[in-house]
Amino acid sequence: MSVIFKRPHALLDVPTHYCPGCGHGIIHRLVAEVIDEMGIEGETVGICPVGCAVMAYDYFGCDMVEAPHGRAPAVATGVKRSNPNLHVFTYQGDGDLAAIGTAETVHSGTRGENIVIIFVNNTTYGMTGGQMAPTTLPGQVTQTTPYGRDVHTAGHPVKICELMSTLDGVALAQRVAIDSPAHIREAKNAIRKAFDNEANGRGLSIVEVLSTCPTNWGVTPAEAMEFVRSDMIPYYPLGVYKDVTAGEKEAR
Amino acid sequence: MAENTKSGEKYLMKGNEALAEAAIRAGCKCFFGYPITPQTELAAYMAKQMPKRGGVFLQAESELAAVNMLLGAASSGVRAMTSSSSPGISLKSEGISYMAGSDLPAVIINVQRGGPGLGSIQPSQSDYFQATHAMGHGDFNILVFAPNSVQEMADLAALAFDKADEYRIPAMILADGLLGQMMEPVSFHEIEPAHTDKSGWAANGHKNKRAHHIINSLYLDAPTLEKIVRERYERYAIIESREQRSESYMCEDAEILVVGYGAAARVAKSAVAQARAEGIKAGLFRPITLYPFPKDALREAAAGAKVLLDTELSMGQMIEDVKLAINCSKPVEFYGRTGGVVPTPGEILEKLRELNGGI
Repeated sequence: MSVIFKRPHALLDVPTHYCPGCGHGIIHRLVAEVIDEMGIEGETVGICPVGCAVMAYDYFGCDMVEAPHGRAPAVATGVKRSNPNLHVFTYQGDGDLAAIGTAETVHSGTRGENIVIIFVNNTTYGMTGGQMAPTTLPGQVTQTTPYGRDVHTAGHPVKICELMSTLDGVALAQRVAIDSPAHIREAKNAIRKAFDNEANGRGLSIVEVLSTCPTNWGVTPAEAMEFVRSDMIPYYPLGVYKDVTAGEKEAR
Repeated sequence: MAENTKSGEKYLMKGNEALAEAAIRAGCKCFFGYPITPQTELAAYMAKQMPKRGGVFLQAESELAAVNMLLGAASSGVRAMTSSSSPGISLKSEGISYMAGSDLPAVIINVQRGGPGLGSIQPSQSDYFQATHAMGHGDFNILVFAPNSVQEMADLAALAFDKADEYRIPAMILADGLLGQMMEPVSFHEIEPAHTDKSGWAANGHKNKRAHHIINSLYLDAPTLEKIVRERYERYAIIESREQRSESYMCEDAEILVVGYGAAARVAKSAVAQARAEGIKAGLFRPITLYPFPKDALREAAAGAKVLLDTELSMGQMIEDVKLAINCSKPVEFYGRTGGVVPTPGEILEKLRELNGGI
């Protein structure tokens, strides 16, 4: 009997604390598959955020550092600059990356810091019980927008890929989703491209993954996937916002 | 400015530059800065020297980013440093707490200025409480060294790296605008940085040869966190027994014992010398480590004194540790200036005369 499907080596065989229907499991797996395919687990350091993925250090097999809220790109910068031969990625949620850590995100981009950022956008602060995130959609009900997000008082959602694509140091800014097998394959390819960019010193790559939070959205896992399709993707269009390798391919 | 300094030669340098040079010589590989007066020359020296000497200089987008870059570099096992002045240190307190909670060795420089808030840009010692008692949220201490000359800015920077590594703890040089900006002769000793094996914990890639390393300060299980904090405090107890440093000047027969550190101690030393010339039996006790506070030596120096005079460039912060060290067994008077004002030796001398009259 041959093995046709197995746990990636870079994803440890331990139970996670994630809720049923949460997208983190899929996204963790995609990152681990890419690390396995590139054979770089022993030379990779991952940086955890504050938020639901804070304990990702227990799940990834590579060395891991847990950063203060929003500071993962700065911590990654310190690891990468002091050990340029290491492969360094951050794994961050929307509150961490797009609110408290906006300065670190933008400036790691302007510096063209040679790291990978995996940005999980599920429109909510999950760990603290579902408050409004910078990416919460207009009208969306959360614990701190009980009447729906009113953009006149609570501001507008942040479109991170569009923002990061304007920065000269950014090599890749791509938005993907995990609501269907086809989108998951696309997400995997984007993450692989980001790690390839890092390995080739092209600058900062950010992959924004539209994900789910059935627990805090108050829906079933299947309904959560439907919400990604019906509400999130229309507001946050999937696609490649910047890819410095695009021209290279045409040249070939 | 000194270029390619040779060991044993004398150079005329600013305190900030001497500290930077000593740090590079001590094996500092990464410096993460953010502009603020009066530590400017330190970052400028690093910007010029690090690229030439195989190191990394990076100007961060904020003090928050700088201290977290320090956290990252320290996590991967290299000697790294950041520097700032009072308002910037407040921002760095987040990262310092995380580093303390992750047992990371790193060196932080505070070239203090007047506060609170934006305060002034003149010398001050009003961050004593912050450095020694509350350098961030949570139960922890960091090593705090207090130089009082350009030479000591250099010597203590080198020592701070060694001790930070030895105890896996952040270390701070608590200087001030006076020490940072003034020029004095300084020489750099040929030192071999103490080698500390970091392979047991550093997050620098497991090379498929060991289990993964985790640098972390989160423990959701309360008893587990309590155990880890208690273990850290056992290390602090060792630090307190081994690492107290101080200098005593004319303390043997002193009836009035002046206690001061850093720039305040320089002023006090002149005042004590002048008082002695007038026949006043004054002495100076100067803490060199503020954490651990040199309470054993202070108790000894104060044994024969009738009164203590604590002097600081603040409204009186270290005075609490002075009183605790002697269990409030003697009167402890205070003379301080704040806001960036530095007292003259004459002001301290006047206070000594007054105290001498009351003995």
